[in-house]
Amino acid sequence: MATTLQGDPSAKVGHQVGRSLPRLEARDKVSGRAEYTHLMRLPGMLTGKIVRSTVAHGRIKSIDLSAARAVPGVHAIVTADDIKKVIPNPYYGPAFHDQPILAIGKVHYVGEPVAVVLAADPHVAEEAAQLIVVDYDELPAVFDELEAAKNEILVHEELKPAGTFADLKHLKGAKGTNMALDFKLRRGDVKKAFAEAAQVFEHTFRTQKVLHLAFEPFASIADAKDTGVTIYSGSQGPSFVRTEIARLLGWPENKVRIKVPFLGGGFGSKLYIKMEALATALSLIARRPVKIALNMDEQFYTITKHPSTFRIKSGVDKDGKLIARECEIWWNGGAYADIGPRVTQKSGFTASGPYDIENVAIDSYALYTNLTPAGALRGFGIPQLVWAYESHTDMIARALKMDPYDFRKKNLLREGRPQATGTVLKDAAIETVLDRIAERLDWKKPFDRGTGVVRRGRGLAVALKAVISPTTSVAIVNVAADGSVTLYCGTIDMGQGSDTSMAQMVGDILNMPAETIRVVQRDTDVTPYDMGTLGSRSLFHMGHAVRLAAEDARNKLQQLARDAGLPEGANVPITEIFQKKYGMQAGNVIGTGTYKPDYVPPQPGTGMTPNATPFWMVAGAGVEIAVDTETGHVKIEKLVNVADCGKPINPRIVETQLSGGSLMQLGFTMFEKMNIDGGQVTNASLADYKIPGLHDVPATMENIAVDTYQSNGPFGGKGVGEVSTFGVSPAIANAIEDAVGVRLTELPLNAEAVFRALRAKAGKPLEEE
Amino acid sequence: MMTAAKTISFTLNGDAVTADVKPHHNLVELLQGQFGLTGARESCGQGLCGCCTVLVNGRAVSGCLYLAHFIDGAEVITVEGLATREALDPVQEAFIETGAFQCGYCTPGFVLMVKQLLDEHPEPDDERIKHYLTGNLCRCATYPQVIEAVKLAAKKRQGSKAA
Repeated sequence: MATTLQGDPSAKVGHQVGRSLPRLEARDKVSGRAEYTHLMRLPGMLTGKIVRSTVAHGRIKSIDLSAARAVPGVHAIVTADDIKKVIPNPYYGPAFHDQPILAIGKVHYVGEPVAVVLAADPHVAEEAAQLIVVDYDELPAVFDELEAAKNEILVHEELKPAGTFADLKHLKGAKGTNMALDFKLRRGDVKKAFAEAAQVFEHTFRTQKVLHLAFEPFASIADAKDTGVTIYSGSQGPSFVRTEIARLLGWPENKVRIKVPFLGGGFGSKLYIKMEALATALSLIARRPVKIALNMDEQFYTITKHPSTFRIKSGVDKDGKLIARECEIWWNGGAYADIGPRVTQKSGFTASGPYDIENVAIDSYALYTNLTPAGALRGFGIPQLVWAYESHTDMIARALKMDPYDFRKKNLLREGRPQATGTVLKDAAIETVLDRIAERLDWKKPFDRGTGVVRRGRGLAVALKAVISPTTSVAIVNVAADGSVTLYCGTIDMGQGSDTSMAQMVGDILNMPAETIRVVQRDTDVTPYDMGTLGSRSLFHMGHAVRLAAEDARNKLQQLARDAGLPEGANVPITEIFQKKYGMQAGNVIGTGTYKPDYVPPQPGTGMTPNATPFWMVAGAGVEIAVDTETGHVKIEKLVNVADCGKPINPRIVETQLSGGSLMQLGFTMFEKMNIDGGQVTNASLADYKIPGLHDVPATMENIAVDTYQSNGPFGGKGVGEVSTFGVSPAIANAIEDAVGVRLTELPLNAEAVFRALRAKAGKPLEEE
Repeated sequence: MMTAAKTISFTLNGDAVTADVKPHHNLVELLQGQFGLTGARESCGQGLCGCCTVLVNGRAVSGCLYLAHFIDGAEVITVEGLATREALDPVQEAFIETGAFQCGYCTPGFVLMVKQLLDEHPEPDDERIKHYLTGNLCRCATYPQVIEAVKLAAKKRQGSKAA
């Protein structure tokens, strides 16, 4: 289990960036004393237990509360009618205001919250919740994204865009459709190029519904008073939560306070509104603090990754050069849009892959279905795309009898060339990443393919992502009169080590050890605005804001020294500067920083823009596998993750992110799948939904950050949270074909899928279940 | 819910304590509700993830399934009981030095299971480590670093014994 990482992790005095400093909160985490919302309780608090829909689509005929009301200890039972008394228009969402706090008249998926029982004792609330009987008039439901695209069964009668995104405004009041966004990109003339191509290849790939499954399930505690509401929440985006709760209540933002301790995992699930609006409404109704803390099984009915179908078609000329690519992607967004339309658009930018192709057409469709809503999961749609385009690219290479590495190398997008959107590629080490993967696999050397029952194979994949844009971050650096420094930034540390990396940047600028810097727990009353901890944006965007705030503080300290009459450049301790200026240990220096990168929105209809993104993420994976041809079991023997993440701010944290992301994706690739029957998830528990454990870790893993520098990044760095998920799935599918000659086009690549394919290839297909 | 509570006595991180528990209360609820100890926490609720691990008479149990009643008369150690004012447990130190966690939600459970592993096998090989930690899951998948941490902790414990 050797792991390697470039760069010298040893500490250097004065240079905080580049140190493999242990996490600032490490002692609290190993002592079990770090704070998480799920574990918090407030005096006088009630707990709410949710009654969920048992049908996928239906009108609510009646809700019988009588038996539940009779349970001793029940404080109140709340339905949508009660919610509307405190929040008259109780619909929320970042892209569409389509999701009700509790179902109003209709339910749109199995598991949708319909009622809540409040009690001081969670067991009482749970028992009473089970006694509530809801009667439905069932309606036809649609679960598959391709079926939904036919608009025969409609999930919503009318679409309700939030108004925040310009490209959704035209959908206001739209009827008769399940499509929440249609992103188009048109470059060159795809039709003509296909006509001229020597060969044309077309394949369709699918991905399954999988879950973030953070170990700290969703939890929010709201304490609503007449003077304002305080919400404790495991949220990845407290600024958004504050804005949205303020909008729902019709209150100014300064009456809404969101406090966020550490998160027990997020992976994109804890973005936007999750339990916050419900907890707030319940607290307003009960006039007491109310906690909503989900059980693990309820997470399967809250937010998931998007299942997808991707039809991809490519034309190559006689020399094996890709000259055209057509991509059509259907995203299964579930019953409420959440951030699906943004996933659809932003991932649409790079759906044609990291290749230099003159003629590209992309259509990316966000679709409503009667399933648990889908949102962002560690990659914002990119892993679904890479799965398809890197499988497809490999299939083309094999069909052309070209080495898959050579074929990629021939077609790679290189520095200075326009990407599909027209934005010129800069600081994106695609070729270096591909070459390093090949090198670590000894790609050009003979490979032991195994004999008899067990056959070996290898595969690789490389990917490109544009970070979402434009987004804003604000930070504050506060220097106290004793010289100690506090950082206020809204980035949520959900395990990615952001507190530590941000402190390292401050320490570098203020010339002090990062471990002496205090990072304030997120609290919208004191921490300034941040768009959200998502899409690997924080190290770059918040990193810049933090850098600017620290530089501002440094400049103000210098001014303070001048004001105090100290000679220019004097090496006086900070505490003495304050002492001299204020006559005692008193005062503060406050540095602030705001960062928002430039961005040009894509032209409607063509998707063209000269500036699609402030930075590109590049990563890939290579694997060596062994396939047992008698069982279909695939063993991953070696997994190599290579990424261009600019200069690592904390090399150990970067390595752990690369390793962890790839192992998470290994689960999504090999076995994770929500089984759905009539809209019901039939494996909604950890007993039935397997995630990676220690025995699933490949015998050899390498995690490599190539030696690069992001020229517009803070200290040369950029985001790394998602990148190692990109290449894993197609690399393994490519290796399976390499080993046993079968091609799988649907995830997961479990033993049954491989065995079925082997039997089909042998002319002895197994019966379908 | 109308069932009567029973008073039990046990040792919690070295202190003799009593508690009133109802028949349906599990160990996690007892520790969180009556002692404010949140190191053992319920995640999967099925005894599969290991987040709720508690040592009862030196053996790791799943606190989300273990009825509170059963600890009457037992010696209970939670993660909060490992460190002293002077020093962290060598297992905790090793987890910090190797960076063997990310979000930290599962970490107390891993730490306690590793403590039992090293109490029983002071120099475990990879297979032994995987065997003991099969019941501890980490959604951040910080597994390679956990293996490193176990080996470092083993060394630290050997060192402290020699000294």
